[in-house]
Amino acid sequence: MRTVAVVGASLAGLSAARSLRQQGYDGRLVVIGDEVHRPYDRPPLSKEFLAGALGEAELSLESDDEDLRAEWLLGSRAVGLDPRDRAVRLADGREVRADGVVIATGAAARALPGSEGLAGVHTLRTLDDARALRDELARGGRLVVIGGGFIGAEVASTAYALGLDVTVVEVAPTPLAGPLGEAMGAIVSALHADHGVRLLCGVGVKGLSGETRVDAVLLEDGRSIAADIVVVGVGARPCVEWLEGSGVVLDNGVKCGADGRTSLAGVVAVGDCANWYDPRAGLHRRVEHWTGARERPAAAVATLLAGGAVEPAAPRPPYFWSDQYGVKIQFAGHAAAADSVTIEAGAADTRDVLAVYRRAGDPVAVLGMNQPRPFMRWRKQLAAATS
Amino acid sequence: MMIPACRLADLPRGEAHRLDIDPPVSVFHTDDGELFAIDDTCTHQDASLADGWLEGCEVECPLHASKFDLRTGSVDAPPAKLPVRTHEVVVEDGMIYVQVSTDAPNLPPCVAARLAGGLA
Repeated sequence: MRTVAVVGASLAGLSAARSLRQQGYDGRLVVIGDEVHRPYDRPPLSKEFLAGALGEAELSLESDDEDLRAEWLLGSRAVGLDPRDRAVRLADGREVRADGVVIATGAAARALPGSEGLAGVHTLRTLDDARALRDELARGGRLVVIGGGFIGAEVASTAYALGLDVTVVEVAPTPLAGPLGEAMGAIVSALHADHGVRLLCGVGVKGLSGETRVDAVLLEDGRSIAADIVVVGVGARPCVEWLEGSGVVLDNGVKCGADGRTSLAGVVAVGDCANWYDPRAGLHRRVEHWTGARERPAAAVATLLAGGAVEPAAPRPPYFWSDQYGVKIQFAGHAAAADSVTIEAGAADTRDVLAVYRRAGDPVAVLGMNQPRPFMRWRKQLAAATS
Repeated sequence: MMIPACRLADLPRGEAHRLDIDPPVSVFHTDDGELFAIDDTCTHQDASLADGWLEGCEVECPLHASKFDLRTGSVDAPPAKLPVRTHEVVVEDGMIYVQVSTDAPNLPPCVAARLAGGLA
């Protein structure tokens, strides 16, 4: 293999590039990124960076003395993949022909239809998004967050700490019920009320009002919530449009095997855009977690370099964290698989729970709030039980 | 400075023992029976590596998955970028001692500020 193109220059792309070199690949390595920035860390964008406690230099994922001997094509959007010679076409007309391609194009924040061109309305996914939002939050005022998921909750928490008046609107009856289940979603989202942040659940957003700048969020029940700034945190969609017509099978992102292989030989997918097969569950999952974007590329790169002739190691159960209102929230496993959840340590009232999710008595997931030590023990136990 | 940590018999393989000195140092007993001491605080954010995931000669931070090599202190996985200090370990008469490095530690910004007498 003489040329490998990694399409996507965020954590998953960088991890793939690192894995290629660590696994002995010595050929030409081209990393293509549509943003102009070198790889940076996204979790702080909704927290320390947004709060002004962390600067841009500290977001860098690369160390100062790191040299992957890669050609970096940054500010270059991939617009097509020609399956015959695995040529990645770029928006500026250039083409990168490669023997191996790693698809790591991630996901993009969903926007609220009809909010285009209205000042004061933000999504948060990229460094540029975070810069713009940080500058607005610094002016203070009334913030309405649409969506009570992790991004929305972290922005609400950060904005509360900055002194803004914050309201969170969530269409579901319980925020975070998807990732955490109803009971624990209720306990974690109770952090908002603990800090005087209003949480409106079970009500959809009809639209926004304002001439050139947003002035209110209109709810489907007829209420209108005055707003100086609006953050839309309603999930992300995989960035795979550029692969249409390439022969790479798309289904909720890039459909790929347990080892990252796609339907095209010499092409693997990693990170938020990859819909990996989970052999234990017998289904495909697209997991949008930082940890997966860091860990999975090693398996995908091994597959690429071996021409698909390796048995993938069983991945660890998915793990993610969140920091809200000074509480460290950690989760591992799959809540949806559980038929029971019990609090094993701490208490809901004191927001320091260690909760274990089980299916037919076997642990399938664990949640910690300010419980890092027991959480890690359960996380290891979970990995041992499911490997 | 040689600091007594704990008895070797009290530190099973796969476990870590934290010394509550400033900054804290932890002794790791690997599954292979080796002993290593490193600074306990992840260089990315305030978290105790003694609470982390020990595998081979690597420990993963319990919060954000940064990995450190116990032998060299080098950081093997982001988001941390700076290494932790390593310290010499001596076992005498069944007691584990740590010779604390005189190098400057790489502490995360919030902890460094606290130790420097800044805000708690």
